[in-house]
Amino acid sequence: MLETTLLIAFACVSLAFLFSFMRLIKGPDLPDRILALDTLYINAIALLVLLGLYFQSALYFEAALLIAVMGFVATIGLSKYLLRGDIME
Amino acid sequence: MFELILSALILLGAFFTLVGSFGLYKLPDFFMRLHGPTKATTLGVGALLIASALYFSFKTDYISMHEILVTLFLFITAPVSAHLMAKAAIHIKIKQVKRTQNQIK
Repeated sequence: MLETTLLIAFACVSLAFLFSFMRLIKGPDLPDRILALDTLYINAIALLVLLGLYFQSALYFEAALLIAVMGFVATIGLSKYLLRGDIME
Repeated sequence: MFELILSALILLGAFFTLVGSFGLYKLPDFFMRLHGPTKATTLGVGALLIASALYFSFKTDYISMHEILVTLFLFITAPVSAHLMAKAAIHIKIKQVKRTQNQIK
């Protein structure tokens, strides 16, 4: 039962990846692209958690935590760049 | 029974992740698009992480804290990044749909 559920969940998250990626390519302005990147890294965390459940290994959470921290810093940096024209003043 | 709860949480999480990304793709305006990923996707990933924490806590004998750490971090940082992105969009005077309220002057 858990196997089937995990396969359905993999399909849903992959579709979510596809939608975010289409917005990343299409996005008319820069904030849309930043938002699409933000969504992509959150989707990557979801996929890593599902992989950890599928392979029954707790090794994936360090990678998920690292992606969370790096993605947050990247989003803040890009938004700050749009806001001030400079990241560190 | 335990497997049923786990499956329900995983399906809920995957569904909300999909809804968030679909909203990001479908909605017409940046300020509307901001709603999808920052609310629905965060809830979806939160449900997935809770399912994973339950699974690993019952599989091994000790409580699995990694997932709770990721959940906490995600729930703290999502509003901050959404606020900064909205601020940047207002600053560069992004194009808006007519029916969005409180238009940027």
